[in-house]
Amino acid sequence: MSAIAAMEVNAEARRILAVSISKLYASRTQRGGLRLHRSLLLSLVMRSARDIYHSSRESECQSSEERMDTSSDPEEGQQQPGMPEPQTTLISSEPAQEEPDSADEECEITEDKENLSPTRQSRKRRGKASAAPDFLPIKRARLEPGEERYAAPPSCCRSGAGDSLIALSLNRVIPAF
Amino acid sequence: MAGAGGGNSDVQWCFSQVKGAIDDEVAEADIISTVEFNHSGELLATGDKGGRVVIFQQEPESKNQPQCRGEYNVYSTFQSHEPEFDYLKSLEIEEKINKIRWLPQQNAAQFLLSTNDKTIKLWKISERDKRPEGYNLKEEDGRYRDFHTVNTLRVPVFMPMDLMVEASPRRVFSNAHTYHINSISVNSDCETYLSADDLRVNLWNLEINDRSFNIVDIKPANMEELTEVITAAEFHPNQCNTFVYSSSKGTIRLCDMRAAALCDQHSKLFEEPEDPNNRSFFSEIISSISDVKFSHSGRYLMTRDYLSVKIWDLNMETRPVETYQVHEYLRSKLCSLYENDCIFDKFECCWNGNDSVVMTGSYNNFFRMFDRGYRQDVTLEASRENGKPRSVLKPRKVSTGGKRKKDEISVDSLDFNKKILHTAWHPLDNIIAVATTNNLYIFEEKLN
Repeated sequence: MSAIAAMEVNAEARRILAVSISKLYASRTQRGGLRLHRSLLLSLVMRSARDIYHSSRESECQSSEERMDTSSDPEEGQQQPGMPEPQTTLISSEPAQEEPDSADEECEITEDKENLSPTRQSRKRRGKASAAPDFLPIKRARLEPGEERYAAPPSCCRSGAGDSLIALSLNRVIPAF
Repeated sequence: MAGAGGGNSDVQWCFSQVKGAIDDEVAEADIISTVEFNHSGELLATGDKGGRVVIFQQEPESKNQPQCRGEYNVYSTFQSHEPEFDYLKSLEIEEKINKIRWLPQQNAAQFLLSTNDKTIKLWKISERDKRPEGYNLKEEDGRYRDFHTVNTLRVPVFMPMDLMVEASPRRVFSNAHTYHINSISVNSDCETYLSADDLRVNLWNLEINDRSFNIVDIKPANMEELTEVITAAEFHPNQCNTFVYSSSKGTIRLCDMRAAALCDQHSKLFEEPEDPNNRSFFSEIISSISDVKFSHSGRYLMTRDYLSVKIWDLNMETRPVETYQVHEYLRSKLCSLYENDCIFDKFECCWNGNDSVVMTGSYNNFFRMFDRGYRQDVTLEASRENGKPRSVLKPRKVSTGGKRKKDEISVDSLDFNKKILHTAWHPLDNIIAVATTNNLYIFEEKLN
C-alpha cells in the first residue's frame, strides 16, 4: 500500500472510530436504555476500523523506517489527551481481558520500533498523524468515589491513544448488559 | 411497463387513502412503528411510538360502486402500553409498540397481541351495539331510583345503540425478557406464541401469563464473547413445531420444538457465504437481518437485510433461491449512512396473498415490489402529491449512472429522513398498507 493511500485509509479509519465512539456515548442517554444489537454492531465497526487503522499505521511505520530518516520525538508539544472512561455505573466488574492485551502487545511492538532507532528523526511530518487524536472527547469523565483515574501508558498515547480507549469501550460495552 | 403484483404483470396501483396528520412537524408519539392486517384483511392495525394502537376497519363494498373496494375507517383506538421505569436498572422502558400480531378469529371478538420492549399484552376488541334498558332499580342514566317509587316490575330488554368498540387487555405477559423484544409470533395451534429478544426466545401459552418456557438462549457465558444477536423470529404458518430466528450475522436458524426442550441446536442453518468483493467496514452491519417472514405456503422464507431481500427455499440451506436488490446504489454511501444512523434502520418485508410478489420499503418514501414469477420489479412512492383518489401511481426510478434522465431522481437528492420501514399486504386482495414516518397510505389495485 502506498504511503498516501495508507494515510487516507488511516484517516478514514480514525474518522469512523471517532463517529463510532460518539455514537456509543450518545446511545447511553437514549430512552429505553442501551440497545444490545446496536452496541454490538457499533463495536464490530470499531473493531474493523481499529484493525485497518493498525495495519495502515504499520505499513506507514515500515515505509518510514525504510527511508532511514531520523525521527523527532513525537511526544514533544503533544497534548496529553484526557482519557475519558465510560461511566463506571455501566462498567462490569470483570477485568477486561482480550482487548487490552492485544493493545499492550501493539504498544510494545511500537515501543520496540522506537527503541530500535532511537536517534532516527523522521523527515516525514508526523504532525496531525501522531498528535493527540482529535476525535477523543476532551472532558474527563466523572469518577465514582474511591476510584482512581486510569493512567495511560505513554506509548499508547503516541500511536494508539484511540486503541486503549477503544479497547476499553469494546470490552465494556457488551458486559455492561 | 408499470406494475408488479398478483402474478399479473399488468397490475397498476392507485392511491386509495392516507391516514394521519398533514403537518410537516412530526410529533414523535405519532411515528408509526408497526402495521398489520388481520387474517381476513378486514381489519388493519397500526402501532405507534406513543404506545397507541389504531385499528381501521374496511367498509363493506357498496352496491353503488361494486368496482371500488371498501375504505378503511377508524374502528378502535386505545393506549396499549405506557412508559414504565425499571427501578433496578434505572432504565426507562419505552412505550413504543414494536409488533402487533392478530390471532385468528374464533368468535365474535377480535384478539391481538401487542408488544413493547419488555411486555406483551393480549387485547380483546369487541363490539357492543345493544344495551339493556328498563331496569327496575336504576334510571337510564345509572342513578338508583328511590325504591319507594317502584310500583311495577318489568323485564329489562336489549335495545339497539350506536356501535361501540371496546378494547380490553385480557392478559399481560411481563417480566420474561431481559433484553429488548423484537418479535412476537402466534403459533398455528392458536394456543401458544413466541416472543424473541436479542438473546432469547420464549414460548407462551395464551391463557397463562405468569409462566413462559425459554426455547432458545444464545447468551454466551461471557458476554465479552458475544458475536451475534437474534433479530427476528417467526413460527411456521402451518407446522406448529417449527419456527425460525434470524441473526445479526445474516444467518437464519430453523428449529423443531419436538427435537428438544431447548432449541439451541438448530435443525437447519440458512447462510450464504459473503461475497469477498463487497467487504467493507460495514459489511457486518448490512448483513444483519432486519426481518424474516415465512411465505403463506410455508415453503419459502424471506429475509431483509439492509440492501436486499432474499427468498430461501426451506429445502436448501446453502444459498437463497432468489435475491432482489432493494437499493444497491446505497452501497457506495454506506459511510454517510453510518454517520447519519440510517444504516441501522430496520426495514420489514411482506408477501402478497399468493406468494408471487414481495414488497419492502426504502428511502424517500419509496417502496419496492418484486414479482417473483415475472421477474419484474417496480419502485413506487407514497406521497400526498399522488393523493388524488384512484390516481395511478407512476413508477419511480433512481438514477445511478452519470446521466440523469427526466423524471429520475439522483441518489444525492433522496431524502433519508423519509423512510418506509413498515408495509403490509392484504392477505387476499391487492390492497397494501404503507407507513411513512407518521402517515399510513393505503393503495389498491386499479380495477377496470
